[in-house]
Amino acid sequence: MNFETVIGLEVHVELKTKSKVFSPSVNAFGDKPNSNVNPIDLAYPGTLPVINEEAVNYAMKAAMALNCEIATHMTFDRKNYFYPDNPKAYQITQDETPIGRNGWIEIEVGGKKKKIGITRVHMEEDAGKLIHGDDGYSYVDFNRAGSPLIEIVSEPDMRTPEEAYAYLEKLKNIIQYTGVSDVKMEEGSLRCDANISLRPIGQEKFGTKAELKNLNSFSFVQKGLEFEEKRQEKILLAGGEIHQETRRYDEKTKETILMRVKEAADDYRYFPEPDLVALYVDDAWMERVRNEIPELPDARRIRYVKELGLSEYDANVLTSSKEMADFFEATIAEGADTKQASNWLMGEVSAYMNKHLKELPELAITPESLAKMIKLIEDGTISSKIAKKVFAEIVEKGGDPEEIVEAKGLVQLSDPVKLKEIINQVLDENEQSIIDYKEGKGRALGFLVGQTMKATKGQANPPMVNKILKEEIEKR
Amino acid sequence: MGNVISKEKVMHVAELARLHITDEEAEKLTDELKSIIEHAQLLNELDTSDVEPTTHVLKLTNVMRKDEPKEWITQEEAVKNAPDQKDGQFRVPSILSE
Amino acid sequence: MSLFDHSIKELEEKLHNKEISVQDLVKTSLDRINEVEDKIQAFITIDEENAMKQAKELDENPEEKALFGLPIGIKDNIVTKGLRTTCASLMLDNFNDPLYDANVVEKLKDQKSVTIGKLNMDEFAMGSGTEFSYYKSTKNPWNTDYVPGGSSGGSAAAVAAGEVLFALGSDTGGSIRQPAAFCGVVGMKPTYGRVSRFGLVAFASSLDQVGPITRTVEDNARVLEVIAGHDERDSTSANLEVPAYTETLTNDVKGLKIAVPKEYFGEGVTEEVKEAVKSALKVYESLGATWEEVSLPHSKYALSAYYLLASAEASASLARYDGVRYGYRSETGKNMIDMYKYSRSEGFGEEVKRRIMLGTFVLSSGYYDAYYKKAQKVRTLIKNDFEKIFEEFDVVMGPTTPTTAFKIGEEVDDPMTMYANDILTIPVNLAGVPGLSLPCGFSKEGLPIGLQVIGKHFDEATVYRVAHAFEQATDFHKQRPNIGGAAK
Repeated sequence: MNFETVIGLEVHVELKTKSKVFSPSVNAFGDKPNSNVNPIDLAYPGTLPVINEEAVNYAMKAAMALNCEIATHMTFDRKNYFYPDNPKAYQITQDETPIGRNGWIEIEVGGKKKKIGITRVHMEEDAGKLIHGDDGYSYVDFNRAGSPLIEIVSEPDMRTPEEAYAYLEKLKNIIQYTGVSDVKMEEGSLRCDANISLRPIGQEKFGTKAELKNLNSFSFVQKGLEFEEKRQEKILLAGGEIHQETRRYDEKTKETILMRVKEAADDYRYFPEPDLVALYVDDAWMERVRNEIPELPDARRIRYVKELGLSEYDANVLTSSKEMADFFEATIAEGADTKQASNWLMGEVSAYMNKHLKELPELAITPESLAKMIKLIEDGTISSKIAKKVFAEIVEKGGDPEEIVEAKGLVQLSDPVKLKEIINQVLDENEQSIIDYKEGKGRALGFLVGQTMKATKGQANPPMVNKILKEEIEKR
Repeated sequence: MGNVISKEKVMHVAELARLHITDEEAEKLTDELKSIIEHAQLLNELDTSDVEPTTHVLKLTNVMRKDEPKEWITQEEAVKNAPDQKDGQFRVPSILSE
Repeated sequence: MSLFDHSIKELEEKLHNKEISVQDLVKTSLDRINEVEDKIQAFITIDEENAMKQAKELDENPEEKALFGLPIGIKDNIVTKGLRTTCASLMLDNFNDPLYDANVVEKLKDQKSVTIGKLNMDEFAMGSGTEFSYYKSTKNPWNTDYVPGGSSGGSAAAVAAGEVLFALGSDTGGSIRQPAAFCGVVGMKPTYGRVSRFGLVAFASSLDQVGPITRTVEDNARVLEVIAGHDERDSTSANLEVPAYTETLTNDVKGLKIAVPKEYFGEGVTEEVKEAVKSALKVYESLGATWEEVSLPHSKYALSAYYLLASAEASASLARYDGVRYGYRSETGKNMIDMYKYSRSEGFGEEVKRRIMLGTFVLSSGYYDAYYKKAQKVRTLIKNDFEKIFEEFDVVMGPTTPTTAFKIGEEVDDPMTMYANDILTIPVNLAGVPGLSLPCGFSKEGLPIGLQVIGKHFDEATVYRVAHAFEQATDFHKQRPNIGGAAK
């Protein structure tokens, strides 16, 4: 029997507002435990939540970017469960009226485009952090408690782990463009749970699903799903039954491991949060938020191809992060050639980032400096070879390429009189090569060019060296 | 919806509410909740199919605050009332040992 | 004669004219506590040292402010920075510093009122007799064999016994008005949203309100002027101007239209209570008001709807007491789940657990629509009843409670019979309208009877004016309890 895999993803994204979603504590991480908390975050008796308007704006922005319908009437609910990191023992969330519904994003796998539905996007608050000590105790830090989250629930539209990977990449890409989150899985600002089930091809009814947790990178999501796909297939082929259960992915063994079997549906006893009043979202509010959404990656990619004449591939790479695309556009706005700017960014700049594991904003290079450097190449002030030296300087330490070229004496040597003088010296020292050249050995010219470049410490203008060399040899 | 309260149900509800109740307490609670719920059957006299539920009596909407962080308490104060704490963290029995 | 036989207004004047000092007032309060507290048992915490210290400072730096220097008591479910707040529960017995002041406490501190201490109550405000306190039963000053009512029993008793000049209470289903009625004092539950709930420990958020308990209507109006008003830390707080209530006490009720719901004189309401309220209506007639019998047809459903809704909300509001961040933690059991279960079972009293159980059941899967949602819909009908009546009438009147105070320990085992005490106060919370109880008579045992005056949303001004007119025309508010038989 052949099976079809059905995958749905639940993604939590942390919104980077300045303060928390229902309390005015600082929304930041990495500080000492329980230092960014107040009595509201600690669920002190008598405290009350008040909604952070910016968190709603951010959530709406994300929902709009994911092509969702925006709720015009929104309420909040209490989701009740006991856990030490859940201070009120209920989480304020949106059960009945998620801020966004019926959205979609388009992914591309193996050259084929596919729309993945988004069931809902809802707002909620994050829990604290529970750390398991090796002393038989657990420790709770509530710095993260109350940070604004959105949960993005996809339709069960994905059919392969590869599609799930592509969905996550695309989702991250879009959210990053909206600027509402850092979407960094390694820092927990993006978290993903995956639901996966198998069904015989042609069957409409979904099979029993397993839920995968503890997925700490996109590739672990893919690998976890691949393992789970095989595990379930094996059981089904052997005539077995899949149990509804929660499994976690073990990065060492590359297997999924049973966490708990779900006997009955969790009873969260949702009910409307009486401490918060309803939000009505009118057209003006929606327009205000919509206007703040920048051009999204798909639109940018199409524009780069159609208007800037870049290849599909280049456009794809440049728009894969908003930082890269913004840098690119700023560079050409500074007057750099489109193709050159794209080449430098995809080539040297990306290579540097990968080598040093750095993000674009962490580099010393700016669109102004890159554009200036490209112009110096184009007007012949420096050669491409010298440009690499300049690049090494501006990417590491920053600075003005013109000043660097000046200070280090890297200006290209294009003065014909000077060049003629140097070339004749080179020819004097290499008479054999002149003979070889005249006998038709093409390599000899290359050697002589090399010697000239060496003599000028690489600063000679290569086309001119070629031209003058030939002229001077003819004279001998 | 006549006799929905049983001792088993009461035990399950106690589990949901994280309350430890003895057998005796469970029996007493079963009777008490039965009485309250029986009384509540009175509400079924009313046809409420066209009635909107009320969560808030006032028509307040769109109450929000600006995204401005405010200092309030220190780490020391945060753990001041904790039954058990260490190095500024709340200490609880391990969630792993069950 | 005690200083407390003066009104707030008179005392403010005397302080201003330096006829008396803040220290005189605070000492009067502390002396009275020394004298009667053994019998009344109104306080959980008495902050004598700070009160005297503050009084001295205030005498050195006098200011002309409403409520300046007046000795007050605060129900122990309203948080006070640096002052233990217990909700009369073992769960919060060690909650020595709530870290912040409730909005109402901030406001009273701004006025430089002097907090004498924290007042007893039913645990987490769940009860009608202040018998469900972890600490002790408060006694009714009119007869210490009787309960003072609840849950703000400590607040009502302390005011009635002259231990403090006024007190704050909280009212979710009658917890200010019922004890005010039982103790012969004035208790106001303002419109939902009129007073900030920030710092009031939640029982049922959609119903809870803080309000004043005082000896007279005028005093009550004076306190509400101070504690009412918008608070941006409470999303359900109304952003409306607070009228100067004391300026609206004109004694003029000519042409006032009073609605008297027949349902408030039904089964369970004693003849004595009915008679006292009917006499009160005659007083109003004599003052030029008219009254008419009306119907609030959904009144009989209010009790059940209330217990379902309030318990459901409470089951969530009280879930935070888990022994992690503050409060009681049991030593029984080793693992996390046990810690939760034993801490909560040992830390909460029986009544609180009963309501948590009811509320958890009501919200649990499969029962939500049948009970919780149904009750929310019934709430709509009850609210509509009031709205309809208020299209034609200025106020609604009836008894505050079906009976006068009951004996301590007398209440029956069946919870529904016990809850029936609140049958006349609960609809007011469900509708969110303001309701006030003031003395309107005494039973043959000498126990006070309360008249309830209910107004339109945010129309506390009319309620005060109407209540004040009655008070001025009668002498009930001038009666004093004879505590323990020893005449003062």
